[in-house]
Amino acid sequence: MRDDPPPRRVLVEVRELQMHFPIHAGILRRRVGAVKAVDGVSFDIHEGETLGLVGESGCGKSTCGRALLRLYEVTGGRILFDGQDIARLGPRELRAMRPAMQMVFQDPQASLNPRMTVAAIIAEPLDEHTALSKADKLARVYELMDAVGLSRDFANRYPHEFSGGQRQRIGIARALALNPKFIVCDEPIAALDVSIQAQVVNLLEDLQERFGLTYLFISHDLSMVRHIADRVAVMYLGKVVELAPRDALYNAPLHPYTQALLSAVPDPDPAAEAVTERIILEGDVPSPANPPAGCNFCTRCPQAMEICHREDPEFREVAHGHHVACHRYNEAEDEFASAMATHEARERNQQGED
Amino acid sequence: MPDGAQPILDVRDLKTVFLTRGGEVHAVNDVSFDLRPGELLGVVGESGSGKSVTMMSLIGLLPMPPAEIRSGRAIFDGLDLLQADDDTLRAIRGARIGFVFQDPMTSLNPVFTVGFQLMEPLRKHMGMSKAQARARAAELLDLVGIPDAAARLKDYPHQFSGGMRQRVMIAIALACDPQVLIADEPTTALDVTIQAQIIELVKDLRRKLGMAIVWITHDLGVIAGIADRVMVMYGGQVVEQAPVRELFSDPQHPYTRALLQTVPSLRGKRAERLRVIEGQPPVLGAPPAACPFRPRCGHALERCGRENPRRLAVRPGHEVACFWDPASGGERHA
Ligand SMILES: Nc1ncnc2c1ncn2[C@@H]1O[C@H](COP(=O)(O)OP(=O)(O)O)[C@@H](O)[C@H]1O
Ligand SMILES: Nc1ncnc2c1ncn2[C@@H]1O[C@H](COP(=O)(O)OP(=O)(O)O)[C@@H](O)[C@H]1O
Ligand SMILES: [Mg+2]
Ligand SMILES: [Mg+2]
Repeated sequence: MRDDPPPRRVLVEVRELQMHFPIHAGILRRRVGAVKAVDGVSFDIHEGETLGLVGESGCGKSTCGRALLRLYEVTGGRILFDGQDIARLGPRELRAMRPAMQMVFQDPQASLNPRMTVAAIIAEPLDEHTALSKADKLARVYELMDAVGLSRDFANRYPHEFSGGQRQRIGIARALALNPKFIVCDEPIAALDVSIQAQVVNLLEDLQERFGLTYLFISHDLSMVRHIADRVAVMYLGKVVELAPRDALYNAPLHPYTQALLSAVPDPDPAAEAVTERIILEGDVPSPANPPAGCNFCTRCPQAMEICHREDPEFREVAHGHHVACHRYNEAEDEFASAMATHEARERNQQGED
Repeated sequence: MPDGAQPILDVRDLKTVFLTRGGEVHAVNDVSFDLRPGELLGVVGESGSGKSVTMMSLIGLLPMPPAEIRSGRAIFDGLDLLQADDDTLRAIRGARIGFVFQDPMTSLNPVFTVGFQLMEPLRKHMGMSKAQARARAAELLDLVGIPDAAARLKDYPHQFSGGMRQRVMIAIALACDPQVLIADEPTTALDVTIQAQIIELVKDLRRKLGMAIVWITHDLGVIAGIADRVMVMYGGQVVEQAPVRELFSDPQHPYTRALLQTVPSLRGKRAERLRVIEGQPPVLGAPPAACPFRPRCGHALERCGRENPRRLAVRPGHEVACFWDPASGGERHA
């Protein structure tokens, strides 16, 4: 394909990651099952890139992001961060790793302590992980406020005095305090108005460029992910079903779930809307406590075959950098060839338009 | 939809104010619009622009105080809703005007079965017997695409998924064959896949039942797919109103134009950088004396700081409240 990204160093390597939450019942709180929120997920995140993570709510995106930062004791698998398996680190070693890995949350309101000033909120990680003097700390806080576009005059104000977009800037400043390499952004714009979303996304892009940050950008907004991500992973019921470079994923989605997800997004163009045929998925995501036999998507898949109800498809690389877990691409070379032909035709069209 | 048809709902100069401890909040400032039988009117704008308060003012759902309707009229089928007494409004609400809100959990009562909540309006407003109401309730659940409808009447709201609950809300809103359905961000809390299901459902119900719909959303994509006409709100005012295709192909107000540009595209050309609207929407402590969008506007003229522009027609059916003219790049001449 045309624009292969140059090979980059892998910063985060996730292999067969599992995060199961136990379900207890009865007076004795016996363990009767588990919510398989993340169930055998593998991917790499390259240094300096943004990996988008999309999927319907409840499919395990947040759990996956939190597990990568070892905010949970993971059930299984490996998380290599800069070569070290953080899934197995003890508390002391983990603490030493913490500054390099940060998180920006969806709801800036809920993630900021209402009784702390902006300066104190941003300085909190510095208190915890550095021995900076008071003056140096304040200088660093000002530097961070400048970086995220917050006026220094606001340093002594409280979170409730700010709008949603400004609060998200405070959250971002705090995440940057310890010079992280990697930030998990969990739906960072979902609670913001459209006009403010664009401001925050541009800020995240600027900061990435300036500080060489690596992002996992979790979102259910497929248009925004197309804008910000270099590669995209699609999750369904605890598993990554497709992973591909951005343009390949949006122009030639292979997995029937990805196809349906993209098809469901309405077009801000009435003329296009009038002629669009959507793939309407029936029903809802099944419970991760009781996933179906075979492929997790088989209960809603418009293209399910007999084998899909029996066997869990393998997650395979079917083209350079394009992975998919779907039986349709196992033997049927022609399925894949026809999908790629569509993709190439579309690319030609797009070049024609430019 | 016939253009000359009498509007089913005709709202003029609605002003709604909240009296708060911090002072007055002027949420709705001289809003006028009409709704014609069978049409779908989309209402867009950022949060706080007055979309919900406008619609709640009409059906008497605002707590007063703190809310106060300062002026205006809202003629529904010959009757002024703003003058109507509580009993009259109660009879209209949920029967001739149905509504669906963003979060079905706040409007469905968790302690009653879905069947009971569907049957209640049928018995109250339509005078049906229990058996009649039960049969109709099952029909309604079936109509909104709930499998095994008759059996699910005895289930409680929490036994339904988010998308299914929204279907139940729509069934309740449609129970008494309303002439008008007001849907306030009915798909905002749902996944795109479920949103697509609900939109298909509403399109289908419109074809079958032919009621007029007001659909509030901040998602221009949703609007593009379902609306006949669109009104854009900002600062408690209608800043632009047009047939849907014209709004997208020839937006006049700088706010509409900016909104259309800040949303990234899923299928079109990918922009390297997103366009932004700097600043944030206002909370108005007083009626706007100047254009409320002026502080964020890239085209503000000297006049915009002195006067609040009135809404004028640029073409039949396409109105805009703005002194700036995108065609000339200068001041608009009437
Ligand atoms: N702490 C927890 N205990 C039990 N179940 C959980 C917990 N956190 C998440 N889950 C469940 O795991 C699944 C995935 O949730 P989540 O990761 O939040 O999904 P997403 O972010 O994609 O919406 C859901 O079924 C959710 O209810
Ligand atoms: N109960 C209330 N008390 C005070 N102000 C309110 C109340 N409800 C709404 N408002 C204000 O009215 C304005 C319009 O709100 P609303 O109609 O809910 O906006 P939208 O639906 O467009 O997001 C906002 O500035 C909001 O803060
Ligand atoms: Mg989540
Ligand atoms: Mg609202």
